[in-house]
Amino acid sequence: MKPLLLTTALVMAATSVAANRAFVSNERGNTVTVIDTETWQVETEFFAGNRPRGITVSPDGTLLYVCASDDDQVKVFSTETFEELYSLPSGPDPELFTLHPSGNPLYIANEDDNLVTVTDTESHTVLAEIPVGVEPEGMAISPDTKFVINTSETTNMAHFISTEDYEIKHNILVDQRPRYAEYTPDGKRLFVSSEIGGTVSVIDIADDGTPTLNKKIGFEVAGVLPEWLQPVGVKVTSDGSRIFVALGPANRVAVIDGDTLEVLDYILVGQRVWQMAFTPDGAHLMTTNGNSNDITVIDVAKEKAIQSIQVGQQPWGVVVTPN
Amino acid sequence: MRRQTGTWAVASAILLAGLAPAAAVEVTSAVLRVDYQTLLPISRYDLKPDDLGFAGAALADEDNSTTGRFLGHNYETRTLSVPPEAAAEAAVELVAGGAPYVVVIANGPDIAAIADAVAGAGGIVLNAGAADNSLRGAECRENLLHIAPSNDMRADAVAQFAMWKKWPRWVLVEGSNPADQELGQSYERAARKFGAKVVETRTFEDTGGTRRTDSGHVLVQRQLPTFMQDLPRHDVVMSADNSDYFAAYLPYHLWDPRPVMGSAGLRPVTFHPAHEAWGATQFHTRFEDLTGRYVHEEDYEVWLALRVIGEAVTRTSSNDPAVLRDYILSDDFELAAFKGQKVTFRDWNGQMRQPILLFDDHITVSVSPQDGFLHQISPLDTLGQDRAESACAAFD
Repeated sequence: MKPLLLTTALVMAATSVAANRAFVSNERGNTVTVIDTETWQVETEFFAGNRPRGITVSPDGTLLYVCASDDDQVKVFSTETFEELYSLPSGPDPELFTLHPSGNPLYIANEDDNLVTVTDTESHTVLAEIPVGVEPEGMAISPDTKFVINTSETTNMAHFISTEDYEIKHNILVDQRPRYAEYTPDGKRLFVSSEIGGTVSVIDIADDGTPTLNKKIGFEVAGVLPEWLQPVGVKVTSDGSRIFVALGPANRVAVIDGDTLEVLDYILVGQRVWQMAFTPDGAHLMTTNGNSNDITVIDVAKEKAIQSIQVGQQPWGVVVTPN
Repeated sequence: MRRQTGTWAVASAILLAGLAPAAAVEVTSAVLRVDYQTLLPISRYDLKPDDLGFAGAALADEDNSTTGRFLGHNYETRTLSVPPEAAAEAAVELVAGGAPYVVVIANGPDIAAIADAVAGAGGIVLNAGAADNSLRGAECRENLLHIAPSNDMRADAVAQFAMWKKWPRWVLVEGSNPADQELGQSYERAARKFGAKVVETRTFEDTGGTRRTDSGHVLVQRQLPTFMQDLPRHDVVMSADNSDYFAAYLPYHLWDPRPVMGSAGLRPVTFHPAHEAWGATQFHTRFEDLTGRYVHEEDYEVWLALRVIGEAVTRTSSNDPAVLRDYILSDDFELAAFKGQKVTFRDWNGQMRQPILLFDDHITVSVSPQDGFLHQISPLDTLGQDRAESACAAFD
């Protein structure tokens, strides 16, 4: 797919046949680390504002969005030159966000203010502020784009917000400190991780979007105190057959069967595993490990960790440019 | 005020009206603070603000109400400070006035008296602040839940850290007041429990002298080292001073250079304003926006008490004290408290299980229970009295 050396990568980037790049937000280091996903080499690291956490790219792969939490804004960088292009109004303390598949708008969780802010990525204006539960964090958009999901950490709910009128249509109570929400690609299921509850709630979605709590998946690892099995990031393979769950201070990623919802295995990764991202071909899953300051690369087919990559201080989020 | 509080709350209440269950649940609680005549603290940093505890209630009301508006649950918390002689009557009036959940900041005997006074009317008292071991043991009450950790729990938290450090030889310095002596006994017990040795115990007499004068440090600098002279070989000095009259002077004024733990130096606390891990920064941001000051332990404990009620209401959709009490003491109850793991309750004495922060007055040095201290139910039960040793019968 791509010739590999850094110099060529930069040239190729300009012609948009670029190699895929992974961008990692380093919460304590105030930087973003850039990784070539072919060679798994670090290309560079650049300043990305204060306390960068949530991170995503535009559908065309050209723009990198970073929640600079302590700057109260979303910073936008070029994925090719890494220059800061502009910033978007985000509301205070943006932590995580989800981008509409069309590239506009951006739905942002404002952790300190119990709000979800909807920001137009073209006009750079705020379209709406939606009051949600206490400490909003996880954000997801349904594959049919009808609902945006927000999880609130102290209220312990998944809020289903209509993308048409920005009203909350459904609330589902989950276990303590819901961190992250992830739909299956067919939109028939939503997974919500509860960090302190130690579970992943499986929410079935009816054709009209109505959610029903199906079950809660728990975790168990011999030799690890149950208190440290704290689910955070969740990713579902494109065929829906596997769900990967990052278990925080347990330093493991759980592998769940998408049909039976049984936990199949635990993959040992770096310390305090937080968020995850697939490469566009789905062959690899990257995990951010906040306490060991590295990334673990998992071979998705083999369900094995194959490499770790040192990044900046306290890596939080990761995103990979699309093909 | 922050911009969304008023207008958004109203707007969203209207938006969400269609989603709420038909019957609204009204939850009224109270915070009753008993104010005692006390001497000034040794440090100005320990002066108590006028809204001590009440500020925690204000934040809890906001948090509970934000959640409640999605479910049709409405929260109101009344706050009241009274002198000791008026405490029991005030609690009775609060419960009679429709606030069956009373969070109390008071000393142990007064909390027990308040719990007894409201028991007949179905009132539930939540203890924020009193550490007396007896209230979790022989003097426990069926309608008294403890948010505050006991002296035993705090001492065990410090002891585990000392043992993790392999500092097993302790000198214990305790005050002469009953509350100091009880805390001293908790350290003696912790030493036996975790294999440390108290090589010598000394009592620092409370002679009622001035605590804070312009020349105070001059005397302290001359007197304390001699008081701490001629001790057997030891690794650490454990201080037991619940009355706050001498422990703060110990660090740097010992004869032998040793770390001080307990009531000064490395202190066991439920919360402090520099604690950042596990989302605590978000708590501080909200609290400081709302109140304009740093959080005190009493504020956190009141917040946590009201969150316990709120969480139980959220999960049961009930405001019946008996229903909530059963749920709170059940295996189903769990609550996130910015401590990295869920807090729950011991169903044999009403004590909240919780990690305890070890604070050097600047940062979180460590959090107990420590690695390697195991328990068949929960590592949190390595702190304080376990089921088998409990003298509490009111929960049987």
